[in-house]
Amino acid sequence: MTKAVIAGLRVVIPRVKKTSKKRDVHAGDRLFFYSLRGLGIFVLSLLALFIIYLFHLSWPALQRFGFHFLVNDQWNPVSEEFGAAAFIFGTLVSSLIALLIAVPVSVGVALFLTELSPSRPAAVIGFLVEMLAAIPSVVYGLWGIFVLVPLLRTSIEPCLRKYLGFLPFFKGAPFGVGMLAAGMILAIMITPTISAICREVFRAIPRSQREAARGLGATRWETIRLAVIRSSRLGILGAVTLGLGRALGETMAVTMVIGNRDEISWSLFAPAQTMASVIANEYTEATSDVHLSALAAVGLALFGVSFVINLFARLVIWQAKKRQAL
Amino acid sequence: MMISALRDRLSVRDVRRTMVNRLMLTILMLASVVAIFPLISVLVYVIQQGWPALNRDLFLLLPRPVGEVGGGMGHAFLGTLILISMASAVGIPLGIGVGLYLSEYGIGKIAVWLRFAIDLLASTPSIIIGIFAYALLVVPLKHFSALAGSLALAIMMIPTVARTTEELLKLVPIHVREAGLALGLSRRKVILRIVLRGSIGGIMTGVMLAVARAAGETAPLLFTAFNTSFWPKGIFEPIASIPVQIYNYAISPYDDWHQKAWAGALVLVLFVLLLNVMTRLILQRKPTVRE
Repeated sequence: MTKAVIAGLRVVIPRVKKTSKKRDVHAGDRLFFYSLRGLGIFVLSLLALFIIYLFHLSWPALQRFGFHFLVNDQWNPVSEEFGAAAFIFGTLVSSLIALLIAVPVSVGVALFLTELSPSRPAAVIGFLVEMLAAIPSVVYGLWGIFVLVPLLRTSIEPCLRKYLGFLPFFKGAPFGVGMLAAGMILAIMITPTISAICREVFRAIPRSQREAARGLGATRWETIRLAVIRSSRLGILGAVTLGLGRALGETMAVTMVIGNRDEISWSLFAPAQTMASVIANEYTEATSDVHLSALAAVGLALFGVSFVINLFARLVIWQAKKRQAL
Repeated sequence: MMISALRDRLSVRDVRRTMVNRLMLTILMLASVVAIFPLISVLVYVIQQGWPALNRDLFLLLPRPVGEVGGGMGHAFLGTLILISMASAVGIPLGIGVGLYLSEYGIGKIAVWLRFAIDLLASTPSIIIGIFAYALLVVPLKHFSALAGSLALAIMMIPTVARTTEELLKLVPIHVREAGLALGLSRRKVILRIVLRGSIGGIMTGVMLAVARAAGETAPLLFTAFNTSFWPKGIFEPIASIPVQIYNYAISPYDDWHQKAWAGALVLVLFVLLLNVMTRLILQRKPTVRE
C-alpha cells in the first residue's frame, strides 16, 4: 500500500499484486526504444567515422604541405608538388558567376509566383522550377556539352568579347568549355533552391503589410519593393547562401563543362578546375599515395567550406523566421 | 477631354513611377520564363536526341567495341537496379528508424546531435561521401565494388528519408497517440501501428525522392562502383551504372556513344520525373490533419 496526497486528499493507492512470475510489460517498449536509439547512434558514429577518415586520408598531404596547400597554385603529380589554390579559385569564381545569374532570376521567379501570378499558373510554374532540381547532374552535364558549350563558343562568347572585350574577364579565345559554362550550368542547378526558399520567405509576410503599402498609393512594384523585398532581406540572404552551398559541392555537370585545366586565369572563357571536379577527374587515376592524399585534402577543404556555408545559411534562415514570428 | 485633363494633372514623377512599375512587373514575368527555359531545353534535347536510340537492344545487350554499330547498355541498367536496391535496403530502414527516433523520442543530447548530423550529411557534397566509401570499402578490399557504391548511395539516402519521416510524424496530433495508449496499447504498437502506418503514404514520398536522387547520382560512384563493360558479376566486383555510363559516353569522341548517352539520359530523366510527379500526387491526395 502506498499513501499519497492528491489535490489535498489523502488517498491510498493499492499496489498491483505482483504475480509470482515477474512479467515486465514494458520490456518490448524498452527494446524498441533502445533499438531505435541504436540506429541513431549508428548513424552518428558513421558520420564521426566519416570525418575521422577524411582527416586520416588527407593527413599525409596536410603534414607535408601544411597551410601552404591552400595558397599554392601548383598541382603537379609528376614532381609531387600539390597546392589547391587553383581549385579553390575555380570553385569560388564558378559559384560566384552562378550566383550573379541565379539570384536575380530566382528572386524574380519567387516574386512573380507569390505576388503577381494567379494561383493556378503559379502552381504549374512553381512545379516546373522545382523539377529543375530533379534532373540529375550528369544529364545537365550532357546537355552542357552538346547544347550550352557550342552555343557559348559560337555566339555568346564572341559577342561578349566584341562588346566587353576591354574587361579582363572576357579576353582570350572562346573555347566554349570553361568557367563561364560551369557558372551558367550551376546557375540553372541552384535556381530551384534559391527560389523555393525565397517563396517561403515571401509567403510568410503578412498580407496587411502589402495592403498598407497599396493603401498609401504605392504601385505594385513599389509594394513589392517596400513591403516584400525590404522586409525579407535576411531571408533572401539565407536562400542565397544555401544556393552557394549547393553550387560549391556540385560535381558532375561542372566537371563535364569546365574544361579541367589546373590554372588560374582571369578570363571567364578559359578552362578551369574546381575542388569537386579535380577529385572526380583524378581520384581513380592517382597513382602515388601523396596524390591520393592531396585529393582527399581537397575534399576535406571542400567539406569544411560547405559545412561553414550551410551552417551560416541555416543560422540566417532561422534568424529570419524568428524575426518574422515576432 | 477628361483623360487629357487627368494626364495633365499627373506629374512627371507619377508617369515615371507607372513606367517603372510596368517595366519591373514585366521583368519579373520574364524571370519565370528564363528560369523554366533550361528545363524545357533539356527535356526537348533529351527526347529529341535520345528517342531514336531507344530500342530493345539498349536494355538487353552489352556495349559492342568502338566502331561496331549496335549493342546497348543493359549491364548499366541492371547495375543501377542492383545498386539502388542494395542502397535502399540499407538506407531506407535506417532513415525511417532515425526519423522515428527523432519524432517519437526526439529530446536529449543524442537527438540534438543526430539532427545536426542529418543536416550535415544532407549538405555534404556527394563526391566527398564517395571518398568515404572508397576509404571504408575499396581500400581494405583492394577492389572497386558494387558494395562500396551502394554504401555511398545509402548514406546519401538517409537524410532525405529521415527528415521526411520526422516531419510527417510530427504532424500526427498528440491525441492520436494518447488515444492509442489509453486503449492499453504498448508504446511500440502505438508508434508502429498507428502513427507510422497512418503516415506511410507521406513517408513513401521521402523514400521515392531519395531513390530518384540516388538513381541519378554519379559523383560518388566514379571511384566506388567504378565501371565495367560486362554484366554484373557480384557485389565485390566493379559494376556499371547508368549515370557513370552516360558520363563516360558523353566525354567520349564517338557519335554512336553520344547517342547512347542521350538515350540513357532519356530513360533516367523519365524515371526521375515519374517518381517526382508521383510524389506530388501522393502529397496532394493526402488528407490534411485536422486538430
